[in-house]
Amino acid sequence: MRKNLPSALLIAFLLLLWQGAAMGINAAYILPSPVQILVRLWELREPLFLVHLPATMGVTAFGLFISIALGLLLAVSMDWNPKLEKALYPVIVASQTIPTTAIAPLFILWFGYGIWSKVLVTILMTFFPIAITVFDGLKGTKREMEELLLTYGASKKDIFIKLKLPTALPHFFSAVKMSVPLSVIGAAIAEWLGAQKGLGYFSKRMMTQLDGAGVFAPVVLLSVVAMAAVGVISMIERKLIKWRKEL
Amino acid sequence: MLEFQNVTFRYPEDHLLMMENLSFSVEDRAFVSIIGASGCGKSTIFRLINGLEQPDEGEILVDGKPIAELRQYSAFMPQKDLLFPWRSVEKNICLPMELQGVPEKEQDERCVEVLEQVGLLDYRKKYPKELSGGMKQRVAFARTLLSGADMLLLDEPFSALDYLTRVEMQEWLLHQWEHFHKTILFITHDVEEAVFLSQSIYVIKERPFSEMERVEVPLTYPRSRSDLKRPDIADLKERLIGKLRKGVSL
Repeated sequence: MRKNLPSALLIAFLLLLWQGAAMGINAAYILPSPVQILVRLWELREPLFLVHLPATMGVTAFGLFISIALGLLLAVSMDWNPKLEKALYPVIVASQTIPTTAIAPLFILWFGYGIWSKVLVTILMTFFPIAITVFDGLKGTKREMEELLLTYGASKKDIFIKLKLPTALPHFFSAVKMSVPLSVIGAAIAEWLGAQKGLGYFSKRMMTQLDGAGVFAPVVLLSVVAMAAVGVISMIERKLIKWRKEL
Repeated sequence: MLEFQNVTFRYPEDHLLMMENLSFSVEDRAFVSIIGASGCGKSTIFRLINGLEQPDEGEILVDGKPIAELRQYSAFMPQKDLLFPWRSVEKNICLPMELQGVPEKEQDERCVEVLEQVGLLDYRKKYPKELSGGMKQRVAFARTLLSGADMLLLDEPFSALDYLTRVEMQEWLLHQWEHFHKTILFITHDVEEAVFLSQSIYVIKERPFSEMERVEVPLTYPRSRSDLKRPDIADLKERLIGKLRKGVSL
């Protein structure tokens, strides 16, 4: 708890500054105060929590799940076969130079306002850190450990299961922790561009009504959910991996 | 018995040969050390024995058979303990048996037996980070033993330890050798260590080398450190250092 004190103090100070500035400007449609946002969050609790949050979480979870599966598949195949690495690695890196926000409307054109266009944006934003980080983890095994296993008569599969997987596990957790906030951002962007529900869509709708606090309320909700998810993953990581510093 | 017959080897990225027509042999249950300056090819001999490298020419035989036809004839213990941090002591030392498909019950029995012998039975559930440097090396040695091979290749296993632990580990190793009746091939650059531990010492003087001079140590077992002060042993140490210095260019 004590180690978080400095950052908690800083956040409290910034919030106070914000509250002061908002009260000074006194134009909630431009800069709503934190208190106004919380009040609005409470007022809008029913549509936010019952309709729009589940919609966004659905996209996030679905996108993240596919990203993890796809990222792991790519990482493992590139590690297994150097030819695949040579073919895939540059393509995966190049895929990240595509400005996702710019091509997201294209996905909506192709797949409509349903869930798939948004899931696709989420996947495009999150599979990369998973594939590359896990791949680096698999490649990062110590050569001498691999050779030691070879002298015990280990096969390629043995080396993968007994050495590479445990070595890559901390990398996998880092990747997921990076991807969770990205997947929330991806889902929200896609909803901004075209959707019928979801927190991104809701935020955009509030903007057209010049409801500043209403724009912020879903954003606050998104941040809290993303932080909570990262917190839960960190907890699982700490339970599972006690040897991170030893590697 | 281990035999090198006219072995020639060069690393693909090197222009200089590592060894040329090298022949030597090590008898069963012997304790033999190989000494030489850094980079002279001591470790390459081990890499050739355990099959990580293939000779360009010549043959390596164990009990008269080419090593390509054999399995589990040698076990390697590197300088670093290389224990897996995610595995407990017992899981670490069972690793070679796991890879050989030894049934779990048997693994367990052999693991307890060896841990008891190396004095670490109380630590079987601990993780490597909870052990001292000397303990880690003992666990690594137990893992090497449990590979079931009769020939142990120890590559400077104590060089990373502090002086007192190293001295203690040397006495401990001799005790283990007498108990388990294994052949030990021991690489070191420490002349005193080689003299204290081994029956014979092979000296690598230059690179590429086509022969290693064999020097017998005139001591019987059990040994004590005071033996190292005997005039003939002190003289032997000096002679060995002299031979090594000729091969070192500063």
